[in-house]
Amino acid sequence: MVSKKIMLRFPKEISDKPFASDLSRKYNLTFNIMSAQIFPRKEGHLIIELIGEQKNFDEGIEYLKDNGVEIQFIEDSITKDEEKCYHCGFCLPVCPTKALVIENRKTMKVELHKENCIACGYCVKVCPVKAIELSEFA
Amino acid sequence: MSEFKVNKTVDEINEKIKNGEAVVVNAEEMIDIVEKKGIVDAARTVDVVTTGTFGTMCSSGAVINFGHTKPKIKAAKVWLNDVEAYGAVAAVDAYIGATSVKKDDPLNAVHPGRFSYGGGHVIEDLIAGKKINLAAEGYGTDCYPSKYIEMEMTINDLKEATLMNLRNSYQNYSVAINTTDKTVYTYMGTLKPRMANATYSSAGQLSPLMNDPFYLTIGIGSRIFLAGTEGYVVYHGTQHNPNEERNKRGVPKTGAGALSVMGDMKSMKDKYIKGASILGYGVSLSVGVGVPIPILNEEMAFFTSIKDEEIDAYIYDYGYDYPRKIDNNYGLTNYKDLRSGEITVGAKKIPATPLSSYYMAVDIAEVLKQWIMDKRFYITQPTQLLPQSKDYKPMKYTKYCL
Repeated sequence: MVSKKIMLRFPKEISDKPFASDLSRKYNLTFNIMSAQIFPRKEGHLIIELIGEQKNFDEGIEYLKDNGVEIQFIEDSITKDEEKCYHCGFCLPVCPTKALVIENRKTMKVELHKENCIACGYCVKVCPVKAIELSEFA
Repeated sequence: MSEFKVNKTVDEINEKIKNGEAVVVNAEEMIDIVEKKGIVDAARTVDVVTTGTFGTMCSSGAVINFGHTKPKIKAAKVWLNDVEAYGAVAAVDAYIGATSVKKDDPLNAVHPGRFSYGGGHVIEDLIAGKKINLAAEGYGTDCYPSKYIEMEMTINDLKEATLMNLRNSYQNYSVAINTTDKTVYTYMGTLKPRMANATYSSAGQLSPLMNDPFYLTIGIGSRIFLAGTEGYVVYHGTQHNPNEERNKRGVPKTGAGALSVMGDMKSMKDKYIKGASILGYGVSLSVGVGVPIPILNEEMAFFTSIKDEEIDAYIYDYGYDYPRKIDNNYGLTNYKDLRSGEITVGAKKIPATPLSSYYMAVDIAEVLKQWIMDKRFYITQPTQLLPQSKDYKPMKYTKYCL
C-alpha cells in the first residue's frame, strides 16, 4: 500500500471532468480531499491524500498526467532550511497536521515530517526566520 | 563566620580555570549532580555552571558609528537598508533598534502583516558581513555642511558596531493563551481562539536568571556569552523587578529580573543572532545569551540545580486581558508540563509550544562551558549587584526543599 499527499492543478479546459471519481472507480484508489479550490478563471486546485496498491497508484497518476492534470507531490514541495531554523517553535501551533513537531522532548528540536504536510502554507507565514519554503506550481 | 559550609571566591575559581582544574557543567547536568551528591558536596565539586537562552527580545539594538564623511555631516536621520535608525545623537552615531521596520512596509494594512525586513535583520546582516546601504540626512551646519550621504558598507567599514540590548534574558515569562473567538497574532506567536493553544518563552531550567534567582553572582560587569562572543552585563534590564511573587525555590512566577547587555558585533556569529519577522506583530531580534554562574557555596549549588518542574509560570489571556491591561490570570503551570507539550488550563488540556529555543540554549551553555575549559573565558566579580529582592536571606530557600 502507498499513501501520498498530492496537489493537483486542473487547467480550465478540464476542470469539469470527474477525475477524482475516476481514480476511485477505474484504479481502485481511495482519496481523501484536504483542500479544493476553483479560481475565477475556472482553474482548479485540489489537494488529496491518495491511497492504494503501488501499481494502481502509479497507473492512476499516469492517467491524471495523460489528461493534462498537473501533479506535485507535497513532500517534494516543502523544505525547511536547517541553517536558518533555530528551533524556536513559532510554527508548531499553526501546523494542522503535525508535519512540524517536537518529538524529542529532551533536545526540543523542531522536525519536519514531509509526509504529513498538506501544503496549507501557514508555517511559511509564521516562521520568523523564513526557514520554510513551499514551492508553488510553475 | 559564614552561613555556608563551602566558601569559594571568584578569584579561586579563576585560578582553577587557569590551572585547568575547574569543574564546569551546564545547568542541565547540575540537576543530576546535586541530586546524587547533595548541595554541599556538589558545591565542593563543581566550580562553574553554564546557562543559556535564545529567544526573541524586542528591547535589543545596536550602536553604530560610521566615521566622518568628506565633507562632514551631522546625520539627523539615518537609514540602514531603508530601515530607520535613531540619529539624534552625535554626528555619525546612530542606534538601530530591533523593531524598526523598513520604509513603506505595509505594516498591518493587510492583517496579519508579514514584516519581512527590519532592524533585527539589519543587525543580523551586519554580523553576517553582508553589504548594507547607509543613507543619512543632515540639515547642514558650519561645522557639518553635508545634507545627504549614501554609501554601501559592511560592518568592517564601521568604527564601532556594538550590540546594546536594554532588556534581555528575562527571568521567567508569561504563558499566553487566547480566550476570544478569533485568532490573535501577538509577540507570543499565533494564538488560536477559545484557548486552542498556549505558548511560552523561556529556556526554563537552562535560563540564566532562573539559576541565580536572587542575582547574587550576576551583576554589572559580569562577562557573558553574547551572540557567539564575549559580552557584558552593563546594567539591570528595563522593567527589572526583583520583587515579583516567588515560589518556594525562590524563583519568580512571571517576568521579573532582566539584564541589559552589550558586546562587540564585529566578533559575533550570525548563528547566535537572528532577525525575526513575527506575523501580525513586527520585527524583533533573537539573541543568544549565556551566563556562567560561579558555585561559591552550597546555596549557589542549590539554586543552579533548579528543574523545569520547580519553575512555575502564570498563564495570561493575550486575546482579551493583555491588550486592555486587565490584571487577571488563568492560574499557574510549570515548565515540565510546558515542555511536555500539553498543559491544563482550568479543566481543559491544551497544546503548549515554545517560542524560545531550548535546543539553542543547550548549544550556548555547551559552548560557554568549552570556552571556560579551554581557558579562554574567566569569571567576573560584578562591580555592582543588580537591584536586589526583599525576599532573600542566606539559606532561606534551601531549607524548604531539602
